[in-house]
Amino acid sequence: MSYNYPDLSGHFGQFGGIYMAETLIPAVEELRQQYLRFRDDPAFKAEFAYELKHYVGRPSPIYHAKRLSDDLGGAQIYLKREDLNHTGAHKINNAIGQALLAKRMGKKRVIAETGAGMHGVATATVAARFGMECIVYMGAEDIQRQAPNVFRMKLLGATVVPVESGSRTLKDACNEAIRDWVTNVESTFYIFGTAAGPHPYPMMVRDFQCVIGNEAKVQMPEMIGRQPDAVIACVGGGSNAIGLFHPYIDVPDVQIIGVEAGGHGIASGQHAAPLTANSKVGVLHGNKVYLIQDENGQIIETHSISAGLDYPGVGPEHCLLKDIGRAQYVAIDDDEAIAAFDALCKFEGIIPALESSHALAHAMKIAPTMSKDKVLLVNLSGRGDKDMNTVAKLKGITL
Amino acid sequence: MSRIDTTFEKLKQQQRKALIPFITSGDPAQALTVPLMHGLVQAGADVLELGVPFSDPMADGPTIQRASERALKNGMSLRGVLDMVAEFRKQDTVTPVVLMGYGNPIEAMGWETFAKRCAEVGVDGALTVDFPPEESHEAFEHLQAHGIAPIFLLAPTTTEARIAQVAKLARGYVYYVSLKGVTGAGNLDLSAIEQKMPLLRKYIKLPIGVGFGIRDAATARAVAKQCDGVVVGSRIVQEIENSNEQNVVANVGRLVQELRVAIDNEKE
Repeated sequence: MSYNYPDLSGHFGQFGGIYMAETLIPAVEELRQQYLRFRDDPAFKAEFAYELKHYVGRPSPIYHAKRLSDDLGGAQIYLKREDLNHTGAHKINNAIGQALLAKRMGKKRVIAETGAGMHGVATATVAARFGMECIVYMGAEDIQRQAPNVFRMKLLGATVVPVESGSRTLKDACNEAIRDWVTNVESTFYIFGTAAGPHPYPMMVRDFQCVIGNEAKVQMPEMIGRQPDAVIACVGGGSNAIGLFHPYIDVPDVQIIGVEAGGHGIASGQHAAPLTANSKVGVLHGNKVYLIQDENGQIIETHSISAGLDYPGVGPEHCLLKDIGRAQYVAIDDDEAIAAFDALCKFEGIIPALESSHALAHAMKIAPTMSKDKVLLVNLSGRGDKDMNTVAKLKGITL
Repeated sequence: MSRIDTTFEKLKQQQRKALIPFITSGDPAQALTVPLMHGLVQAGADVLELGVPFSDPMADGPTIQRASERALKNGMSLRGVLDMVAEFRKQDTVTPVVLMGYGNPIEAMGWETFAKRCAEVGVDGALTVDFPPEESHEAFEHLQAHGIAPIFLLAPTTTEARIAQVAKLARGYVYYVSLKGVTGAGNLDLSAIEQKMPLLRKYIKLPIGVGFGIRDAATARAVAKQCDGVVVGSRIVQEIENSNEQNVVANVGRLVQELRVAIDNEKE
């Protein structure tokens, strides 16, 4: 199977591209050239590997969730423990990679958008680590939902700018970060948080996140003597998912399943699942992707209990993987995600992020339909500490 | 000869510069857009840039963001904008109209349908902020087929090679973004425009309009000296925002008249 995307112009089939205002085109072109220059540079690779090992704490372990699996009575669920990374999620892998690139490009100011706050925290962290000024744009609605992460970013020295426009969530934070970049294009490096946006971001973020799948490919045979039957990850923009999936694309026996946020259910229209809902192709934030929009091409406000998945688009490579049938995409609604969140706390003593709970929920849904010798590898992309307020509120508890 | 070419040709003969105001369709009300368009022409506008509102206007500052939100709240859509141009053309068959906005509403309609409708209703050009030449092949093909001018942006950061590339594709006029930033920003740098202009002229044989950051008669006059047309957006949209439905046409007309006088007296 020959799978080699994106092409030279940054397209994954019909998806991807560089749909940006002219002022930023030279900036993304410079970024592309610099990334290609350093990507295979031994010194860059060595520094990235060093940081991942000694600062992030990689490799992240794989854990057999045995009590949970036994309770479900079917396939065995294994967890790739990205929640154990420094800062508590996979986001740090990419933030370090981009910060190292920013350093080499002589940029002293970094900006980021954030939804759940994990990418904002990761960016604030690496900015502190490398001595850079850091501005994080965050929807005012998300600031309410993810207060602990806002405080963490401030402790780390970042300026958190609330975004009041539009739906006041992740997509609006993206808009505002792009406005900052267009204004400060020469001094500023935009540390984009997911495998979407204009080329080279979908490729670059994927490459930095592929450490997840590359580790798993070595760890699984060590643990069980073979690769898993399926790899499962949640998909908002889809960076943790593509990091796990990409190294498995050319392993034909491994099923690839992306789990989108079903919100109140696909039928309700209040969700963040463009792939599952068969949304039309559109253009937003620099790339052509499946996009939740109305008949006039206006972006519709999405809903998910998880701020990190609450986004109308999805990375271009996931769009391609859907179209060529190499990956399957499904949706898990808010209630199913919460049930999975509770189950992992109860059976395994692990509090997962609400985002990752979506992936876990799908594994829990299909495990009982499979025999006990089957293995599902779920990317536990983040920990749930940041979600205490949201979960407490749902359960009618005031902290 | 297209309406845009005819207009710039005439201005050239008169040794005058084009005044190109921008308004967002459907702001402050759908019923006021066509009267505003006629009012702009009466006040001295040469080309009209009609904004197609989008939910996520990434290249726009707060003023035009708010205008887009108001317009969408008023039910404005790309279809509606095209209908407005048809209405405008019943009385004005001369003034060029350029649609300006983001690509997704057009993607949703389909470029072929869009270009065909543009030709039917009398749209002369289309400017999609987030579709650079690299991603405009399909758009360009359909716009060309229907005689609609693709209007491209150039920026202070644009390299010489890209200026040359845009020069080959552009029709009508080229819009030079005078500053690094979003619409309505205040940091207009006249000397930077002056420095860039010879490089632009080396490749661009079409008229060059300059926009972003033009706030008043003085900046309009200063910019007019260096180019072929002055684009004024946020300042006009701000005037719309500060007016009510009764006085908005008069207020905007007064502002555009001031700009017209300033531009025509550029030699003072």
